[in-house]
Amino acid sequence: MRERAVWQLLGPALLVALAAALGTAVSSAIQVYFINALVAIAMVGAIYVFVGNSGVLSFGHISFVAIGAWTAGVLSVPPDEKSGIMPNLFPFLLHASVGNLPSLLLAAAAGGVFALIVGLPLMRLSGLAASIATFGVLEITHNLLYFYDRIGPGSSAFSSVPETTGLLQAALGALAVVGVAFLYQHSRFGRMLRATREDPAAAQAVGVSVYRQRLLAFALSGALAGFAGALFIHLLPLTIQDMYLPLTLLTLAMLVVGGSASLWGAVIGALAVSGLDSLLAVAEGGMAIGGWQFVLPSGTRIVVVSAVMALVLIVRPSGLTGGREFSLGSRSSRKSNGSGEKRPGSRGH
Amino acid sequence: MSVTWQTLVDAVGLGAIYALMAVGIGLVFGVLRLVNFAYGQLIMAGAFALAVASERGWPVWAGILLCFGVVIALSLVMEWVVFRPLRTERPAVMLVATFAVAFLMQSVALLWFGALGKTAASLAYLNLPIAIGHVDIRKITIVAIAVAALCLLALVLLLGRTNVGLHMRAAAMDFRTARSLGVRANRVITAAVLVSGALAAVVAVMLTVQNPLVNSDFALRDTIIVLAGVVVGGMSKLSSATLGGFAIGFVSGFLGGALPTNQSQYLPSFLFGLVILVLLIRPGGLFTRGRGQAERV
Repeated sequence: MRERAVWQLLGPALLVALAAALGTAVSSAIQVYFINALVAIAMVGAIYVFVGNSGVLSFGHISFVAIGAWTAGVLSVPPDEKSGIMPNLFPFLLHASVGNLPSLLLAAAAGGVFALIVGLPLMRLSGLAASIATFGVLEITHNLLYFYDRIGPGSSAFSSVPETTGLLQAALGALAVVGVAFLYQHSRFGRMLRATREDPAAAQAVGVSVYRQRLLAFALSGALAGFAGALFIHLLPLTIQDMYLPLTLLTLAMLVVGGSASLWGAVIGALAVSGLDSLLAVAEGGMAIGGWQFVLPSGTRIVVVSAVMALVLIVRPSGLTGGREFSLGSRSSRKSNGSGEKRPGSRGH
Repeated sequence: MSVTWQTLVDAVGLGAIYALMAVGIGLVFGVLRLVNFAYGQLIMAGAFALAVASERGWPVWAGILLCFGVVIALSLVMEWVVFRPLRTERPAVMLVATFAVAFLMQSVALLWFGALGKTAASLAYLNLPIAIGHVDIRKITIVAIAVAALCLLALVLLLGRTNVGLHMRAAAMDFRTARSLGVRANRVITAAVLVSGALAAVVAVMLTVQNPLVNSDFALRDTIIVLAGVVVGGMSKLSSATLGGFAIGFVSGFLGGALPTNQSQYLPSFLFGLVILVLLIRPGGLFTRGRGQAERV
C-alpha cells in the first residue's frame, strides 16, 4: 500500500522532471513552451486539489491565479519603476519591495486568504449554484483588477516584473504544487473530501462535514493557484485579460482531458494540452513538415483546444487516465477510485 | 443616482430580452438537465447571419429568415453531436462540455469573420427614439417588450394546450416516468431544442438592433449574466428561471443607467456580488417556493 502511494507521487514528479530535462535540450525559443507547460502543471495541479478531490466544478480558480500574480507583481517591480507603470498605486505599496522567493510565498498566502474568504459563504452551495457562484467570483475579480488601479496596473500590462521564472523555477514550482497536492490527497482531510465526492450522504453519515472539507480544500487550492499565478507573472509581462475566460477554458481543458479525478490525470492533461497548444502556436508562426511549408491562421489554437476538450468529454468523460493514479504493477491495483463511473442516480434516457 | 423613466423603460426592455434567453436555456434544462453555456454563441451565429444578409443588401425578411435557419440548424446539430452523447453524464460534465463548445464556436467565428466583425444595419432604424410625453423611448425597447410578451404567450399556449407541450412538461418533471408513460425521449428533446433555437434567433434579431456591430464575443457577456439570473431565479421551474432572467436583465439595465460613469464600470462586480448574495440566502432559487433541490447535498 505504502509503496503504491509513493509511486502516485513519483509518477507525476518524474514526468515534471522529464519535461524540465527536455527543456534544457532545446533552443531558448522553444524552451519558453516548456516553461509554459510547467507553469500550466502548477495551475492545473492547484485547481485539481479542489475540483478533483471534491468533484465540484469551479470556474473561479483563475481569479486566485490573478490575485497571486497581482500580489507578486506589485511587490516585485523595482520601486523606482513603480510610479511609471502604476501611477495610482496606494502609497504603502509604492515603496514595498520584496525578493523573488518572498513574492512567491506572499502570492500563495494572498491566494489562500482570498479563497478562504470567498469560500466561507460559497462552499455552502452545491451543484449548479456553486459553479455559477464561482463564475461570479471570476467576473468580480476580473472587473476589480481591470478598473481598480490603486492595487496594480489596471488594464495595462504588468511590465518590469523581474523575469525569474526560468526552467528551474518553473520545474521546482510545478514539483512543489504536485507534492502538496499529493500530501493533501493522502491526508485524512483529502480522504474525507474524496469520500464526500463519491457519496455525500454516506460521508455525512460517518460524521464528515462536507462544508468544512470543501472549504479547506478550496483555501489550499487557492493558495497553490496564487503561487502558480506568481510563477506566471515572473515569466512574462501579463495583463488581466491573460487571466480570464480563455485561461479558464485552457486550464479546465487540461484538467478534464487528463481526467479530473486523479493527480496523474491533471499532470498528463496539462502536458498534453500544453504541448498541443504550443505546437499550434509554432504552426501559427509558420512551420515546415517534410519540406511542406504551411502557416495556420492565428486563432486556430483555441479552435483545436476547445474541440479536443469537447471531443474528450463526449467520447471519454473521465479523461485520458480515466481518473486513475499512476502505478506500476498489476492492473487490479489501479482501481483507486470509481469516479470514472457514472453516478448511480444519473438519468438513463 | 438619477433615476429617470427612461432608465426604467430601458431596464424593462433589457429584462424582456434576457427573459427570452432564460426561457431558451430553461427549456433545454427542463428536459435534459443540461445548462447550455453555448446558448450565447447560437445567438452570435444568428447575429452574423443577419450581418451577412445586411451587407449583401438582402431584404430584411430574408435576413431574418436566414438568421432563424442558421440558429435552428446549429441548435439541432449541437443537440445531435454534443447533448445526445452526454445525456447520461453528470451536470458538471455537461456544463464543461458546453463551455468548450461555446469557445469552439466563438473562435471559429473569429477565424471566419475576423476580429473586426461585421455590421448588421438593416434594422438600425428601430434604434431611433420616439417621444412619449417627456420620455424618449427607443423603438426597439417597445418592440422587444412586445415581442417578448408575444413569445411568452405563444410558449404558454404551446406548453399548456398542445400534446408536445404536455410531453415537455412531463419530461421536465420526471423524465423516466414520462418515458415509461409513452413520451418519446428524442422527440420531446428535439422539440425543446427547436423552440429554444427559435428563441435564440428572436434574441439575435433584437440584440443586433441594439448593438449592430457583431463580433465573435457577441452575446457572450449577456449569456453569462442570464445564466446567473436563471440559477438565481430557480432552475427547477421554467417560470422561475424566466423571472430570474427578467430580474437580472432589469437590475443590470437599471444599474447601468442609474450609476454614474465612474461607478458603472464596476457594474459586473455589483451584479455578481448580488447574485452570490441571493444564492446564499436562497440557493434553491429566488422565485421558487420552499427549499429547492439545491439544498440536497
